[in-house]
Amino acid sequence: MITDITLGQYIPGNSILHRLDPRTKILLTFAFIAVVFITENIIGYVLIGFLLALLIKMSGIPFKFILKSLKPIYFFVIFTALLNLFMTGGKYIVSFGIFHISREGIILAATMALRLIFLVAGTSLLTYTTSPIVLTDGIEALLKPLEKIKFPAHELAMMMTIALRFIPTIIEETDKIMKAQSARGADFDTGGLIKKAKAMIPLLIPLFISSFRRADELALAMECRGYHGGEGRTKLKELRFKKLDLTAFLVFTLLAALCIFVGKFNLFYI
Amino acid sequence: MDIKTENLSHIYMPGSPISHVALDNINLEIKNGSFVGLIGHTGSGKSTLIQHFNGLLKPTSGKVLLGGKDINESRETLKQLRFKVGLVFQYPEYQLFDETVEADIAYGPKNMELTEAEIKERVFEAINYVSLDEALLKKSPFELSGGQRRRAAIAGILALRPEVLILDEPTAGLDPKGRDDILSNISRLQKERGITVILVSHSMEDVAKVCESVIVMNKGTVAMQGSVRDVFRESETLKKLQLNVPQITQLVLKLRREGYNLPDDIYTTDKAFEEFLKLIKKSPNQKGSVG
Ligand SMILES: Nc1ncnc2c1ncn2[C@@H]1O[C@H](COP(=O)(O)OP(=O)(O)OP(=O)(O)O)[C@@H](O)[C@H]1O
Ligand SMILES: [Mg+2]
Repeated sequence: MITDITLGQYIPGNSILHRLDPRTKILLTFAFIAVVFITENIIGYVLIGFLLALLIKMSGIPFKFILKSLKPIYFFVIFTALLNLFMTGGKYIVSFGIFHISREGIILAATMALRLIFLVAGTSLLTYTTSPIVLTDGIEALLKPLEKIKFPAHELAMMMTIALRFIPTIIEETDKIMKAQSARGADFDTGGLIKKAKAMIPLLIPLFISSFRRADELALAMECRGYHGGEGRTKLKELRFKKLDLTAFLVFTLLAALCIFVGKFNLFYI
Repeated sequence: MDIKTENLSHIYMPGSPISHVALDNINLEIKNGSFVGLIGHTGSGKSTLIQHFNGLLKPTSGKVLLGGKDINESRETLKQLRFKVGLVFQYPEYQLFDETVEADIAYGPKNMELTEAEIKERVFEAINYVSLDEALLKKSPFELSGGQRRRAAIAGILALRPEVLILDEPTAGLDPKGRDDILSNISRLQKERGITVILVSHSMEDVAKVCESVIVMNKGTVAMQGSVRDVFRESETLKKLQLNVPQITQLVLKLRREGYNLPDDIYTTDKAFEEFLKLIKKSPNQKGSVG
């Protein structure tokens, strides 16, 4: 069912990861992505895997749940891995027919697959442990300096907040309308492309109409409460770096340095 | 067609940290041709339960039997099942989409692959049952008033001529006249057609007025079940479940405590009116203090 989509969802909790400042988490997520891209060899990846496992453990989110949330990318991962496995040149160790597998191919396939999984699992850890409102607060704060060059940081953050806030609502609404039309015999799954596209009309029209209505109501409600853009607007909860954030930065920097050192320089000649 | 559930449970998002048990081991039987009210405070699982009856939701465990056959194992397609069990959702007016009201009501019958003539006949029959003016058929659904849209949406399900009709709060947010109209129309349809009707409602008055029996849900379980009389007799238990008896019953119970000789099973204003008249006739000197 459509409401089973879990990627990018926030899971409330009170772990260390939940309590970190959103800016810390955003910056460290970018750092994590960089580390994943810099690392080139398998030992580096094993280290990153450990780091990620540790982070997941700390977040209190069950491993099973993380694995489930990776479902949408499994196909992509396997496809990439296979492509690398068969398309990489080098000294072939296995050959059958037109297919050749080289040592380099195996390593490249494994690293590519791991890279994808780490990237998605690592970034989804950010959204799992940060509520959308806090997340956009963090983004706004990080982009604030750019307002000097007329970059609309507040507007962008507000748009993101609203979009994020309404994704679950729209998914729910889609589910509801789909069910309502199914109750009248709509069939969204079978038939050719044209038939399927036609079957979407009874879903899309009510969805558009309710989205427009909702946008209209929201705009009105915001104006009624005196919203007039970011100028001079104060926050209920000011973001503040704590000792925890400093510790997180330090620990992460050390671990990242280790990963890069091991991952970049081929210490063991693999 | 009898509806029966055996140890029916439903868990939303099973296996995730935010999984939620919405139905917990439900055993129910709804007899063919009955008019059942389904009540329970908000979040008690009413909407979840009824979506199992036409296969929109699959049980996490347990069975739903329709006419003795498990609906999730029968060879009949889901589509055919849905034409048999018509489900009107909460706020059904948001599902309207077609250019004209007529085309929208005809959407279901068209999916049944009926002939043009038959579709037309069903559309007219359906608007008759919801008292929707024929002149509105050629209009866009988005030009109608809220109440008219609600009627058009209900007509869209009635046009399927379901054997079981399920309505999820069909009168929520309507004016009193519109509410009475829709209820009495459904009541008439049920009598004329002999179909089974399940009415989900937050209005005890509505349930007392049209239903024969009542199912009370609480936190995903069936808390009470029985005739309207049996269920509304237990006003204390209902209050514990964050529900209540109809307002007129509350009044009658209060009067009884004040010493007025009234029966304790009055659930509709019509019945109350009758009893008040009797009381006035019996003791003319008390005239001013009753009613
Ligand atoms: N799609 C869903 N995903 C997760 N949880 C859900 C979903 N739909 C309902 N629930 C939860 O299941 C429980 C039962 O919901 P349901 O809609 O069946 O209640 P209801 O009795 O119809 O309430 P109401 O009277 O407000 O319509 C609620 O606690 C609700 O939060
Ligand atoms: Mg409901």
